[in-house]
Amino acid sequence: MIPAGFSYVRAGSVEEALDELSRHGGAARPLAGGHSLLPAMKLRRAEPGVLVDIGRLRELSYVRADGDRIAVGALTSHRTLERDPVVAAQVPLLAAAARRIGDPQVRNRGTIGGSLAHADPAADLAGAVLALDGVLVARGPAGVREIPAREFFTGRCRNALAPGELLTEIRLPAAPGRSYAFEKFSRRALDWAVVGVAAQARPGGGVAIALIGMGPTPVRATAVEEALAAGEPAAEAARLAAWGCEPPDDAVASASYRTHLAEVLVTRALAAL
Amino acid sequence: MRVEITVNGQAHSREIEPRLLLVHFLRDTLSLTGTHVGCDTSSCGACTVLLDGEAVKSCTVLAAQADGLAVTTVEGLAGEDGLSPVQEGFRQCHGLQCGFCTPGMVMAATALLAENPDPTEQEIRGGLKGNMCRCTGYQMIVESVQWAAANGGAK
Repeated sequence: MIPAGFSYVRAGSVEEALDELSRHGGAARPLAGGHSLLPAMKLRRAEPGVLVDIGRLRELSYVRADGDRIAVGALTSHRTLERDPVVAAQVPLLAAAARRIGDPQVRNRGTIGGSLAHADPAADLAGAVLALDGVLVARGPAGVREIPAREFFTGRCRNALAPGELLTEIRLPAAPGRSYAFEKFSRRALDWAVVGVAAQARPGGGVAIALIGMGPTPVRATAVEEALAAGEPAAEAARLAAWGCEPPDDAVASASYRTHLAEVLVTRALAAL
Repeated sequence: MRVEITVNGQAHSREIEPRLLLVHFLRDTLSLTGTHVGCDTSSCGACTVLLDGEAVKSCTVLAAQADGLAVTTVEGLAGEDGLSPVQEGFRQCHGLQCGFCTPGMVMAATALLAENPDPTEQEIRGGLKGNMCRCTGYQMIVESVQWAAANGGAK
C-alpha cells in the first residue's frame, strides 16, 4: 500500500514547524514517528497534502522533573518512557503503559505526542495520561495553552487541538511511591487493547481509573472512583466499570464482551494496587 | 526530493518521491530484496531493519525520514569471516521453515542482543513480539537466538 502523494517538509525547529502548519492550513499534518499517521495514509484514511516532519526536533524529546510535576516532551519515544529513570521513579504508570504498546519496533518509533494526538480510543498512553490527570501543552499561532487530558479527547481519533497547533509537552503530577496498575487484554501479543485499564492511587486517597477501548474516547471510570471513595468494596465498585460507556460492537469484540472485560480488568487493577 | 541514505555502510544518493516507503527504497531502488514485505501494516515484522541501530519496521518509515541516517539490512550482517552469530544460530538450530519471516527475525534478534546480550527466554520472546512466523516455528527461533547469545551475540 502506497500513500497518496504529498509534499514533505522537514522542520528544523518548533517555530519552523508552526510556520509550515499555519502556512498550509488544514492541508498539513505534523509527522512524528509516523506509526499512526503513515498506516492511516496507506489506507487512504488520511490524505494530507503536506507532511511537516517534526521527527528530528530533539528539543521536543525530554523528560524533566519540574517541582511536583514531570514534563515530557511530545517527541519522547515509547522506548524512552519505558527506560527513563525519572519516569520510573515519578510516574511509573506511564512506563507500565509504554511497555505494553505494540512491539519493540513500534516503541522505537512511536512518540507520546503522536499517540495522544492521534487519539485512538484504545491507545495505552491515553489511558495512563488520563488516569494521571495529565495536562497537554499546545503551541500555536495564538501562543501556548494547556489542555487537561479530560478535555483533550473529543471523539474517535479527534482531539481538541486547533488548526495550526502542535502538541509540544505533556505535564503529569508526580506520583512517587504511590501504587498503580495497568491491565490490558489483547487478542494477539502486539495488538491494540480490546479493553484496558490504567489505575493510579491519588495523593489525597482514592483511585483514578481510566478505561481504553470502551467508547469513542478514553474515559474515566467515574462510577468506580466514586463507589471506592464512598467505601464500597473493590468487587462491588468494579461492577460499575462500564457505567456510562458506549463500548464499540465490532469485529474485534462485541459490546457485551467489552463490558465484561472492563469489569474483569478493573477488578484485577484494583487487586494489584 | 533527494535523499542520502547509508545502507550497510555504503552511501546512496537518490531522487525519490516523498511517499516512497523505506522498504521500497531498499527493495526497488537499491535491489536489496533481503528485506521482505509481509503484512505492509507494521504488524508482521518481516520488513524489520536497523535504522541508526534501532529495529524499525521499514514498511512504516518513509525513505525521507531515513535521509542522512544509516540503515542495516540482513545483507549487511555477514562479514568477511562469514555469517553473523544470529544468522549462524538460525542455521545451527533450524530457526526457519519457509524463511519468509527470517530476515526480519534476524534483524529484530540482532537489535535485541545488542541491547541485552544475555536475554532470558521470556526476554527473547518479548523482543521478537513484533515478528510473526507464519510457519509457527517460534520454538526453534528462540533456540536460535539463545545459540547466538552464547556464541558472539549481536555481532
